[in-house]
Amino acid sequence: MDASPISEVLAWLPNVQLAHFLAISAILFALGIFAIITRRNAILVLMGIELILNAANLNFIAFSHYGGLNLDGQVAAVFVIVLAAGEAAIALAIVLNIYHRFQTVNVDEVSSLKE
Amino acid sequence: MSSETLIHLSLAVLLLPLAGFVLMMFFGRKLPRQGDWLATGISTVALLISLVVLYQKLTVMPGQEAVLNFPWINMHNLPGIGPITIVLGVGLDNLAAIMMVVVMIISALVHWFSIGYMEGDVRYSRYFGYLGLFTFSMLTIVLSNNLFLLYAGWELVGICSYLLIGHWYEKKSASNAGIKAFITNRIGDFGFLLGMLIFFTTFHTFGLKEIFAGLQSGTLPYGSEGWMTAAGVLIFCGAVGKSAQFPLHVWLPDAMEGPTPVSALIHAATMVAAGVYLIARTFPLMTAEALLVIAYIGVITAFISATIAIAQNDIKKVLAYSTISQLGYMVMGLGVGAYTAGFFHLVTHAMFKAGLFLGSGSVIHAMHHALHEQHDHHTDAQDIRNMGGLRERMPVTFWTFLMFTLAISGVPLTSGFLSKDEILAGTLAFGGMTGHVVVPIVAFLVAGLTAFYMFRLVILTFLGKHQDAARFPMVHETRWVMTVPLIILAVLSFFAFYSVNPFNASSGWIAQAVQRPESVVPASLAAADRETFGEALHHEHGLAMMLSLLVAGIGILVAFATYYWKRISAEDIAHRFAPVHRLLLNKWGFDDLYNAAVIGGTIAFSRVLRWFDNMIIDGAVNGTGWLTRGTSFVSGKFDTIVVDGLVNLIAYLSGFAGLVFRKFQTGKVQTYIFFAVGSMLVLYFVFRMV
Repeated sequence: MDASPISEVLAWLPNVQLAHFLAISAILFALGIFAIITRRNAILVLMGIELILNAANLNFIAFSHYGGLNLDGQVAAVFVIVLAAGEAAIALAIVLNIYHRFQTVNVDEVSSLKE
Repeated sequence: MSSETLIHLSLAVLLLPLAGFVLMMFFGRKLPRQGDWLATGISTVALLISLVVLYQKLTVMPGQEAVLNFPWINMHNLPGIGPITIVLGVGLDNLAAIMMVVVMIISALVHWFSIGYMEGDVRYSRYFGYLGLFTFSMLTIVLSNNLFLLYAGWELVGICSYLLIGHWYEKKSASNAGIKAFITNRIGDFGFLLGMLIFFTTFHTFGLKEIFAGLQSGTLPYGSEGWMTAAGVLIFCGAVGKSAQFPLHVWLPDAMEGPTPVSALIHAATMVAAGVYLIARTFPLMTAEALLVIAYIGVITAFISATIAIAQNDIKKVLAYSTISQLGYMVMGLGVGAYTAGFFHLVTHAMFKAGLFLGSGSVIHAMHHALHEQHDHHTDAQDIRNMGGLRERMPVTFWTFLMFTLAISGVPLTSGFLSKDEILAGTLAFGGMTGHVVVPIVAFLVAGLTAFYMFRLVILTFLGKHQDAARFPMVHETRWVMTVPLIILAVLSFFAFYSVNPFNASSGWIAQAVQRPESVVPASLAAADRETFGEALHHEHGLAMMLSLLVAGIGILVAFATYYWKRISAEDIAHRFAPVHRLLLNKWGFDDLYNAAVIGGTIAFSRVLRWFDNMIIDGAVNGTGWLTRGTSFVSGKFDTIVVDGLVNLIAYLSGFAGLVFRKFQTGKVQTYIFFAVGSMLVLYFVFRMV
């Protein structure tokens, strides 16, 4: 068989281990944290949160697959997705309200938690 | 009527005046006429009940004693002492029944009299309330069958006496007299208490019957004959105070500051006779020596006060000294062993002396009104030198007063003759048996003196000419509420109520009902027994009667000769025996002596105490104060520096920590997340290394 790149990848696929998934998940998580901490725009912060949630989803599925846990992980992931949808809806509503009140979505300027 | 009914009826007599007192105290002023009808009605009802009780007692169960006991304090078994139960109770024997009627008669009549006498008084209802309380207290003494309850009543009559003497307490002399009476009585009462406690420590009971039984079985207090006599004399001390015997007689004349009806009730007929009643109650436990002391105290009292009475000019003072003298007679009678005679004299004396006081009250009332009409506020309404000739203006008062005077002087056909005669016969028998002849001699002398000063009083008050012709027509006879009690008492001063035989009372009902009790002390200590004494008494009776008639006649004759016919000049005699006259005017100097010795001594002692107080006690207190201030200063410094410093330090540290930690509190979500993630990483590496 010719070793085309695609076939090469496909051939390598069975070698994909749990560690790879975890690495990707960790990268995603770190990116999410990074976004949350560094972005000033509330919308972007929310996006970071989404990243973290997805990192978690990836972990669920990976562990489910390699851990022999049937579909438990997938079920959890589906729940997380549903949760994320709800969370996004509520969070956007909050952001909208914040905008109404402070005329900005810059989280640095919204520091009334301090009081 | 059973004995139970009798005792319940006597309890009703006892408690009715108490109920009257309570009602008068709380509601008296709000009742119509300030409630005098209530108090008077209650005492009258109680009198009627007591008469029924006496009649039933003497006809149905003359020999028995009706008793009602109840344990008051039960101390169970005291370690080292044994079981002690204090039993209170009332007992009704013949003595108590007669005394109860006497008290109630005088009390009811005084209530009636007071309606007239106290009219318009500022504390009218309170006065009647106190009368009720007094009646209750006196009946407590009469009815109690144990020393404890008797002592309680004893103190209660003392306080009633104090309250009523000081009824017009705005007058300094009245409040002083009340205090004097109370304190003088306390001295005697202390002796009584000690005597009581001697018996209590020996027999562990206050019941008279139990004490008598214990003595009869041969037990003596502390096993000593001396203690036995001492206990008797100590109990007699109570009588010395209450019955105004020498040397504690000084309070009674001053007690005349009280309203006159009070003098009649308390200081003539009942309370002062309580001492005599006490001796009669405790008679069986008196040793011969104790009785000798009693007899001599009685003789001295009778003599001293009879002599003082001669020189007094205040109508009530004369009667007061006469009362002391007659009380001395009763005490003497009991002391020589003439038990029945002593008690008999108490009864008859209560009637005629209450009558004399009420009569003098009537006179004072009338004089007062006359002086008031004259707008004369300087003349003394009680001084007999301002009176005279009142017979025409106040016939009822005069004739009743004369009746009482005849009775107290011992003129035949009166009650006083009967009882006095018995006592004199007793002293003669005593003198003959023991050789103490001074007792009968002084007793007869006093009988003569009594007749003399009483007729002096009557002559100066009612006979002759009035001292002020302008005042004379203004004197009026008093109202019926005042004269009717006088008439009743005058009737009760006749012999017929006490004995059918006008010359010898020994067959009369009182002599039958009140027999001398047998002594319970060992025969070697006891006085002559009843039979021996009765025999001697019987022999002396005729002689006593002759002699007493003689001395009373002489006394009356001399009084008329001096003050009516003016054959003898009283001034001349007073001038010739000036030192004696001064001594009598000064009341033998007892007041001065007590002022100097007791009051002066107390003041000197107080000075010493004040010095001690100022120097030592105050010094100690001040020293303690300084010390406290010093330690407070140190402790204050410690507080401000160390304790406060620590507290401030903690506060400062907290503040500093807050200053640091508030930096983390930015209010920015991202910072918080950064810290959270950062700390998680730190923790991760920390645990990894571990």
